[in-house]
Amino acid sequence: MATKQNELNGLAKVDPTAMAGPTQKKRFRLDIWSISAIVILITYVLFLVYPVGNLLKQSVFTETSGLTIENFTRFFSMSYYSGTLFNSFKVSITATVFALILGILLAYLFAMFEFRGKKLLRILIIIASMSAPFIGAYSWILLLGRSGLITRSLSNLFGIQMPDIYGFSGIVLVFSLQLFPLIFLYVNGAFKSIDQSILEAAEGMGVTGINRFFKVVLPLLMPTVLAGALLVFMRAFSDFGTPMLIGEGYRTFPVLIYTEFISEVGGDSAFASALAVIAIFIALTIFFLQQMVALKYSFSMNSLHPVRTKKVSGFKKVMVYVISYGVVFTAVLPQLYLVYTSFLNTSGMVFQPGYSLNSYREAFSRMGNSIINTIRIPLLAITIVVIFAVFISYLAVRRRNPLTATIDTLSMIPYIVPGTVLGIAFLTSYNTGVGGTGLLTITGTTFIMVVSLAVRRLPYTIRSSVAALHQISPSIEEAAQSLGSSKINTFFRITVPMMMPGIIAGAILSWITMISELSTSILLYTVNTRTVTVAIYTEVIRGNYGIAAALSTILMIFTVLSLLLFMKVSGKDEISL
Amino acid sequence: MSQISIKNAKKIFDETVVIPDLNVSIPEGSLFTLLGPSGCGKTTLLRMIAGFNSIEGGDFFFNENRINDQDPSRRNIGMVFQNYAIFPHLSVRENVEFGLKQRKLKKDEVRSRAEKYLRLIQMEEYMDRKPEQLSGGQQQRVALARALAINPDVLLMDEPLSNLDAKLRIDMRQAIREIQREVGITTVYVTHDQEEAMAISDQIAVMKGGVIQQVGKPKELYHRPANEFVATFIGRTNMLDAELDMVNGVPVITFENGYSLPMPKLTHIEPQNVRISIRPEDFNRVESVEETFGAVIKDSIYLGLNTEYMVELSNGKFIQVTEESSFDEDLNAGDIVNFKINPNKINVYNSEGTINLTEVR
Ligand SMILES: Nc1ncnc2c1ncn2[C@@H]1O[C@H](COP(=O)(O)OP(=O)(O)OP(=O)(O)O)[C@@H](O)[C@H]1O
Ligand SMILES: [Mg+2]
Repeated sequence: MATKQNELNGLAKVDPTAMAGPTQKKRFRLDIWSISAIVILITYVLFLVYPVGNLLKQSVFTETSGLTIENFTRFFSMSYYSGTLFNSFKVSITATVFALILGILLAYLFAMFEFRGKKLLRILIIIASMSAPFIGAYSWILLLGRSGLITRSLSNLFGIQMPDIYGFSGIVLVFSLQLFPLIFLYVNGAFKSIDQSILEAAEGMGVTGINRFFKVVLPLLMPTVLAGALLVFMRAFSDFGTPMLIGEGYRTFPVLIYTEFISEVGGDSAFASALAVIAIFIALTIFFLQQMVALKYSFSMNSLHPVRTKKVSGFKKVMVYVISYGVVFTAVLPQLYLVYTSFLNTSGMVFQPGYSLNSYREAFSRMGNSIINTIRIPLLAITIVVIFAVFISYLAVRRRNPLTATIDTLSMIPYIVPGTVLGIAFLTSYNTGVGGTGLLTITGTTFIMVVSLAVRRLPYTIRSSVAALHQISPSIEEAAQSLGSSKINTFFRITVPMMMPGIIAGAILSWITMISELSTSILLYTVNTRTVTVAIYTEVIRGNYGIAAALSTILMIFTVLSLLLFMKVSGKDEISL
Repeated sequence: MSQISIKNAKKIFDETVVIPDLNVSIPEGSLFTLLGPSGCGKTTLLRMIAGFNSIEGGDFFFNENRINDQDPSRRNIGMVFQNYAIFPHLSVRENVEFGLKQRKLKKDEVRSRAEKYLRLIQMEEYMDRKPEQLSGGQQQRVALARALAINPDVLLMDEPLSNLDAKLRIDMRQAIREIQREVGITTVYVTHDQEEAMAISDQIAVMKGGVIQQVGKPKELYHRPANEFVATFIGRTNMLDAELDMVNGVPVITFENGYSLPMPKLTHIEPQNVRISIRPEDFNRVESVEETFGAVIKDSIYLGLNTEYMVELSNGKFIQVTEESSFDEDLNAGDIVNFKINPNKINVYNSEGTINLTEVR
């Protein structure tokens, strides 16, 4: 058969660069994939690596004293500063624990018992989770604050003195109610992958009720609970609007970062940068800790027969209704109350008798451009998000190499870096252009708002696009190619259309989180680029409660409409994050 | 229509050589099957032909065209996948039209060609359905029509039937065979199901460890397997040790149980230890005890058409014997039976089992 000569020929043709990979030559080729990878990488270098790196540099390098760790020692040596870190951990951990309890409890009730109105409750829970936390804080002040509605009614009617809502307890209240929906949504999804037979097996061995919950159900939910806990902790840890409004003297770390930065704008922002670097460090540490713990608990489940809900009666039934409706009502109460107050006559911080649309009239006339901005800026950002997410997910899944893996990792960083930090990084890095060159002097422009939103909210769309892509067998693309379709044509005609539902679902999620974004925008906005969320915040601070309530209601309508759209597109009445 | 020639093909995955040096030529218009155990490199070779796997060495030709460096989309191949790979967001008709549209044909030509092939696979009534409304067998038909509609030079199929149930598999392989004949397209078909391979193929290449063991018609593979691997892989067989000697100028093989058989065909072969392959149906049970060997029945399985016997030889070795069933037959465990062997039906291999001595000229 094979002659020696042929064998030699065969060997001689072995191209060492062609050892692996689906294409003929692995040699670097300038096709659409490598070009898009390079463009995306450059974008991330310009708008993530550079500003964050710049922050790092500012934190350890000053013009006057050169390389120094002075900023860090200043932070850790003075309890006025370092105490805020302790406070932040305290509120975040407490809020996470409460959110876990509420979220898991509710998910458990939903999964195990039959009761009416689940669908409505689920939608309300999602709405509650999708608003900006500080709006909840503001509304709770109106309800439970010193001259709050509930506080006053209780003391007038029964002479009961409500405990002080300001400070630690208020922050925890707002965070817990704001964030337990995330746990609920996660755990609710995880319950679907537990098989009924597991519960029955436990019962067969005499493990029932609460015992079964802690011994069997909770361990099975553990990976999900951990993932949810990370998200809740990070949200609580990085939120600054809530402690700002309701914290009064109780200062948390993000508040410190914000105030230090704001008070130093124009001057030397080295200290704020150092704080931001500490925040990034903490975020990364917690992220990796969570990953390590999650790895220990990881296992895969699939259920043929999902857990069936049981009918309950008597006292148990009452309890199920009271808890589920009670919790959800409490969670949406602040939103509802704001809608109500938006129709009240208002003068400054005081609600007057009688109803009118005055607040709306004023909101539109004075904050009209913010409403337009809330559509315009996120719309631009979402366009970038969708385009980037499509390419990044494709590169990460189908063209895995060191370059695309780097992009994949970079794209996830904004998911855990606090918004305030990114805001500071952006603000300090483009004042005089990139590296002071005058190139990309984008501070104060719409562009910087759009880019910061896009960078921060890309991860949602990327994750859901990646998930969609994993569902598509590579042989589908090969089939298209074998039929004579070029790579680009295949991508746009076959792959992208098949990914579309996943892309859209992720995009809407990105969109909803964009319109309620505060921590970055509050640093980057100008009069021309103010969004509704920013406007609500500034109006609350200025004491224009009527306008704030009207704008909150408008924002809520945006959110609800987007959610309905999401549900229609994804065909589900639930959201997985 | 093309003849496919592969010269010194070599495939390396992450430093493991999967195909060391493979040569094969696939005649124009034939249905050529790659058959072999799981992991032997069938898919790998097929994907090298298609262009989805890199080629680490050798040359691939469609007729005179070397296709090594051609993009898959330019090779003019039709491919049918194990999981159908139907585009789920396109209707049946759009699936079939997809490849035609890439060829910049006129609109009505696209339509009429698509319809022609949908008729060929008898799916014209499902034209406007979405793939999710089709059964697995129907989806596979659409995949076939889609591949054929572009009028490819070669048709490549990787285990196209393995996701279908047993009955449908037989219907579909018949359909594939008929359509392939009708269109007359050179087809490379991958399967690990030897019955399917036998039923459908003009020629079969039996592979093992990335090396082609034998290429031949189904009949040749069954009756004249090139080596012990092919003999045991295709159908069932008994492998027995024996000795080849010259007795009075006539080659004779002597089995371990003492039975000897003259093999006049082997005159030009040196005396040596050999391995004999005897198919279960090639033992002839006879009444006489002369020039036969005796054995004891240990077990039997009645299968309707045939009955299978597990039989112990005098040297303690077990063999399988198949015989056509009959109503009167009444053989039980413990019965002693006598067998004769037809020297033309057996295959004699060297002691390593690598060379079929019956075939050596
Ligand atoms: N992408 C890959 N990377 C590394 N090794 C691979 C890859 N694809 C195949 N292999 C290896 O090459 C060998 C041949 O695989 P191939 O898929 O061609 O087998 P096959 O004959 O088609 O088997 P089956 O009948 O199971 O489909 C196997 O050992 C397999 O592990
Ligand atoms: Mg295979």
